[in-house]
Amino acid sequence: MSMTVWQSVITIIMVVLGTMLTRFLPFLLFPANKPTPPYIQYLGKVLPFSVIGMLVIYCLKGVSLTSYAYGLPEALGILLTVLLHCWKRNMLLSVAGGTIFYMLLVQLVFV
Amino acid sequence: MNEKMKALRAAFPYTVPICAGFAFLGLAYGIYMHSKGFSFVYPMLMSMTIFAGSMEFVTVNLLTSVFAPFHALLLAVMVNARHLFYGISMLETYKGVGAKKFYLIFGMCDESFSINCTTQPPAGVDRGWFMFFVTLLNHIYWVVGSTLGGILGGLIPFNTAGIDFVMTALFVVIFLDQWFSQKNHIPAVLGIVVSVACLIGFGSDHFIVAAMAFILLLLTLFRKKIEPAEEGAAS
Repeated sequence: MSMTVWQSVITIIMVVLGTMLTRFLPFLLFPANKPTPPYIQYLGKVLPFSVIGMLVIYCLKGVSLTSYAYGLPEALGILLTVLLHCWKRNMLLSVAGGTIFYMLLVQLVFV
Repeated sequence: MNEKMKALRAAFPYTVPICAGFAFLGLAYGIYMHSKGFSFVYPMLMSMTIFAGSMEFVTVNLLTSVFAPFHALLLAVMVNARHLFYGISMLETYKGVGAKKFYLIFGMCDESFSINCTTQPPAGVDRGWFMFFVTLLNHIYWVVGSTLGGILGGLIPFNTAGIDFVMTALFVVIFLDQWFSQKNHIPAVLGIVVSVACLIGFGSDHFIVAAMAFILLLLTLFRKKIEPAEEGAAS
């Protein structure tokens, strides 16, 4: 720790403000008591689908395809998750199955 | 059974995978702060007030370098810019839920957003309270996890390597559920393809802002193509 307590408190408050700005801004710009412009409504309808795809990639951003393991544990883990989900459509089963399989892969196979 | 209990019971199962993920990530975060010499009070209060996992890890770096409050503010906006997209997506859904709206927006982390934007609560359950409890439970898991991590330090009894994959698996499952529920797959494919392209083009530290810009651009340019298809699909 190189800061005084007050400096770290101010830093944390700034991070809170920055984070809350990103969460509240759309609601401040387009308040509920006024009709939302059609373009923004359109974005509200289609963005969730793009954003979840983006989040999947965001989770995988640290994976290297050019150094050892070559992304194989991640690819196999996702493959099993997808197969389980297409088979049973049970969120808990698919998530737990994929995660345990991935843990076994990185701890026992791709060490 | 009253309205709130009913909503809590409906919300809980959806948060179980997140409980597992947050217990681990929160612990890891608390342990990390402990290793940097911070008391457990830091991860506890930061998890309560910031409640944005990746930014909290970044904040540890900020706290261990020189005092630069404006830089901290800017960095928080950049790292969390994806929340702007969540907000736009939830403008309609969060309408008419009363005073809970403030907390729903405050607690809109990746995981709460992804459940609240994709899940219709069972019949007879109030959606406002359902979303409130999804958000609250996730918030509790995260605060408890990071506080425990800060207290326990390095005493974890089993090998947890790879457990962070739970978040990846969760988003993959949500992606599939959305895929099955829609006829129009253009926005979903766009999200994946653009993000991969930006990850390759801009590198892992900078790709998210570029990906958001290109997603927005393409959704806007192809609105005429995407929107009519969207009208026909069940939402």
